[in-house]
Amino acid sequence: MIRVVLPAHLRTLARVEGEQRFEIAGTASLGALIDAIEARYPMLRGTIRDQATGKRRAFVRFFACERDLSHQPHDAPLPDAVATGAEPLLVVGAMAGG
Amino acid sequence: MSRVRVLVGTRKGAFVLSSDGKRETWDVSGPHFAGWEIYHVKGSPADPNRLYASQTSGWFGQVIQRSDDGGATWNPVGNTFAYDGIPGTHQWYDGTPHPWEFARVWHLEPSPADPDTVFAGVEDAALFKTTDGGASWNELSGLRRHGSGPHWQPGAGGMCLHTILLDPKDPERMFVAISAAGAFRSDDAGATWKPINKGLRSAQLPDEDAEVGHCVHNLAMHPSRPSTLFMQKHWDVMRSDDAGENWREISGNLPTDFGFPIDVHAHEPETVYVVPIKSDSEHFPLDGKLQVYRSRTGGDEWEALTKGLPQQNCYVNVLRDAMAVDTLDACGIYFGTTGGQVYASNDAGDSWNAIVRDLPPVLSVEVQTLP
Repeated sequence: MIRVVLPAHLRTLARVEGEQRFEIAGTASLGALIDAIEARYPMLRGTIRDQATGKRRAFVRFFACERDLSHQPHDAPLPDAVATGAEPLLVVGAMAGG
Repeated sequence: MSRVRVLVGTRKGAFVLSSDGKRETWDVSGPHFAGWEIYHVKGSPADPNRLYASQTSGWFGQVIQRSDDGGATWNPVGNTFAYDGIPGTHQWYDGTPHPWEFARVWHLEPSPADPDTVFAGVEDAALFKTTDGGASWNELSGLRRHGSGPHWQPGAGGMCLHTILLDPKDPERMFVAISAAGAFRSDDAGATWKPINKGLRSAQLPDEDAEVGHCVHNLAMHPSRPSTLFMQKHWDVMRSDDAGENWREISGNLPTDFGFPIDVHAHEPETVYVVPIKSDSEHFPLDGKLQVYRSRTGGDEWEALTKGLPQQNCYVNVLRDAMAVDTLDACGIYFGTTGGQVYASNDAGDSWNAIVRDLPPVLSVEVQTLP
């Protein structure tokens, strides 16, 4: 079970509050987790990663265990602490003004 | 008694301003989609309770929202805008080829006949269409592929398709405008397109009367005369009486012919409104005086409308999609500013009042006239 904290604007869009929890079959990677997020909340398609390229949107960041996971390949395993639910994965809107 | 509903898109959310037919007192609701840029909100002429909104963000990309109850509740619909086939390239600012990349939806134009059919003008410039209420969007790629697409270049605001006019008398005919490519027309419901820029002259181009490359800011049409088009270009106010085949300048006595929006009175096809802006680098009114200019002669002769508008220390802009007219008698005119004011006139522009003064910068204004 993976715990995910979405940024406020995406919680509003998905009409959820607080942490979300996802079960991932197979390797718990960032890509598999985003697949699960988008499957449960179709309105979030395109808000975290570009629908055409599959790339993380430039001003979205993934933090966990006090580390920035934003630049790791989407098929790389998430840290054990995230994969086991001990620590949440934070989806963050980057500091970018505006 | 008739009512009006003014749909306002801003840099930080949407607002709905409602009034009765007198248009003297207003109810303000919002912000809807707080914190997001709302480029455009528009209602279906076929079902006034059906609204569509373009919700976009530098962080989280594009969302399309739809309301089926006049804006009381909203639901996100499809937001996949995939270019048809291999998108190819257009010109970048430095003249190099640049791949077509979707950025956002600038304008949503619902069909006059079907609430589920909507056209979307997007950046990088392309035209999309939904026939299922926004669930899915398909590109009308004949526009990008008609031949000149690889030579289009972005304007300062990005390479956006910002204006869509549907001919109310001929469902096969439609017009679009792109910054900075120009105006285009289709006579077969969007399958094929041709540039319609003959008569435009732009000193910013190496060939000032080139077929494409003109920074058309906005087009307007009166529904009773769909072959007469009015254009606010980067500089110059223009008119065509043959569906864009030929254009002539109608700037006349305007104090400056730079500006963004242009609109036509609901009941007088020869009455046209513009908001002159000082210059392309000084995006504010001349001398700090906010003035709408009205021509009752289809152009060339213009009068300043100032009653109720700030006449000192005003340095706001009015963006291209931020002016609209209602269909009441007398015709109501509305415009929003980058300073967050939305001004309304319930007497065809003779006098103005601010409905609201302190919204985020206004990106778009549309009006629905309701029974």
